[in-house]
Amino acid sequence: MIATYAPIILIITIAFSLASLFFFGHRLLGGAAKFSPGRMEPFESGSESSGARHVKLSVKFYLTAILFVVFDIEVVFLYPWAVRFKELGWTGMGTMVGFLAVLVVGLVYVWKKGALEWES
Amino acid sequence: MTVSQLIWAIVKIAIMVGFVFNMAAVLTWFDRRGGAAIQDRVGPNRAVFKIFGKEFRLAGMLHPAADGLKFFTKEFFMPPRADKLLFRLAPILSMVPVLALVAVIPFGDTLCTSDLWHASKGGVLGYIFPAVPRYGVCAIAHVQGSTVFPVDLLVAPLDVGVLYVFAMAGQGIVGAAIAGWASDNKFSLMGALRAASQMVSYEVAMGISLIGAMMIYGTVRLDEMVRWQGEHTWGIFAQPLAFIVFYTAATAENKRIPFDLPEAESELVSGYFTEYSGMSFGMFYFAEYMEIITVAMLTTTIFLGGYNLPFLHRDGLTIAFGDNVLLHQSMPHIWVTIFQVHAFFAKVLGLCFLHAVIRWSLPRFRYDQLMKLGWRVLLPLSLANVVVTGVVYMAIAKGGASLWNGLDVVAQSTQALVAFVLTVATLRLVVGFLRKRTHERLIVGSAGKMAAAAGGTPVTPMQA
Repeated sequence: MIATYAPIILIITIAFSLASLFFFGHRLLGGAAKFSPGRMEPFESGSESSGARHVKLSVKFYLTAILFVVFDIEVVFLYPWAVRFKELGWTGMGTMVGFLAVLVVGLVYVWKKGALEWES
Repeated sequence: MTVSQLIWAIVKIAIMVGFVFNMAAVLTWFDRRGGAAIQDRVGPNRAVFKIFGKEFRLAGMLHPAADGLKFFTKEFFMPPRADKLLFRLAPILSMVPVLALVAVIPFGDTLCTSDLWHASKGGVLGYIFPAVPRYGVCAIAHVQGSTVFPVDLLVAPLDVGVLYVFAMAGQGIVGAAIAGWASDNKFSLMGALRAASQMVSYEVAMGISLIGAMMIYGTVRLDEMVRWQGEHTWGIFAQPLAFIVFYTAATAENKRIPFDLPEAESELVSGYFTEYSGMSFGMFYFAEYMEIITVAMLTTTIFLGGYNLPFLHRDGLTIAFGDNVLLHQSMPHIWVTIFQVHAFFAKVLGLCFLHAVIRWSLPRFRYDQLMKLGWRVLLPLSLANVVVTGVVYMAIAKGGASLWNGLDVVAQSTQALVAFVLTVATLRLVVGFLRKRTHERLIVGSAGKMAAAAGGTPVTPMQA
């Protein structure tokens, strides 16, 4: 048990220390940027920034996130079945095809509703 | 956990993390040098190393080192209205999961250290490294009161395998999203949102495409997947559609051209890392190349047979079609392991090369095309793949023993095919390196033809 999971903790620790080494090495060697009014502006290819920095964004992104949650949960249900697929036989197969059919109906629904359109 | 296990764990982490780190640096060079070769340019060649009055340029290989030094010495910039904590945390968060992900990827078969130990008492050279049986697990030996365990050549043999990979790969989104949010810049925010929505979209297709592979392998453990592929056939032959969907989705996951919408220069300055400078930017840049390597490792493990070479098993070389054994050559265990580890890393480098070629040959998608490809093409394809795989497998399972034997022969033929292709490719490479270089000019378009009719354009010293 501990022999299985200890290397995971070890590798995450090593990854964190390497990334921190990079970051703090840059802080130490590079030093902080000197202040000047121009460079403190948000960089927008030279044109002056106007309006709020946190702009309002399309609702499409929100829809994508919701769709991701729906379909990723589906994947979670598929994993255990996929591993035991050979033992479960036609019974498991039929059940899962039913489950997938419901999700395909959902996919067709969001498609027809226009949630998978990004031009407009 | 014994001391020897801890030492082995550290050695294995050093191998994997070291490979990912160093090859990421080499890839930043190869991406530019290979791109130059594709576009008929010279490419990076300025970084120079002087020793005893002699200059070494190593075909621009010193550029990654020069870049690294330069990154470290650039001043650290943070926008005054940025979120102080999140802005600092984002580059670290984008780099850590990529490194942690390699923990479950097997780069070699189980090393039977106890067998090596026993045999070394024999003292005869031919007897030091014996062959081990093809099937079965390695014995645990007790030597002078201490226990010698077999060594799995992967950092952590987790039962959840692929799920751990997905968990870690999903964390990559967090780094990008936080970077854009904390930067206090419109373009960063848009880039971050694009990155997040693109990555979650393709993660769905990627997850479902692997379901088909898991149904065939009957496991989520990556080392067992590789073992199945060694005994039967490589995943790319068993699940070709899943391979295509997975590779496309994985390319989109690490935001490479043609899927690099989050950092589209012509639209968003530089996307979510616009406001980062020096090594803080370099960490995002570096993490992208490390992702390429981890994706190549995953693709190799799941679809390209992992560390397996055609016909090379744990006990040695066995060429057999069905029951006809054409050749059986027993090989020492240590040599088989060395070949397999090299085969794994060679396959990974081959896929990295393919990535660079894709990057320099395809133009960028439009944003709606990108999202449509993910949701309207890859997702239905991967769902269909799951159903088709299930039905076909069930039909074959009913077919009886003769059908299975036939499939075995087909599987071994695919191994023969792979062996043939690898041999031809290797020979072609050798011939290509040995052949004298000639300049071939391809004339495309009417302007080129007119120039050719007029005796060609003048040759500059650089082209000659």
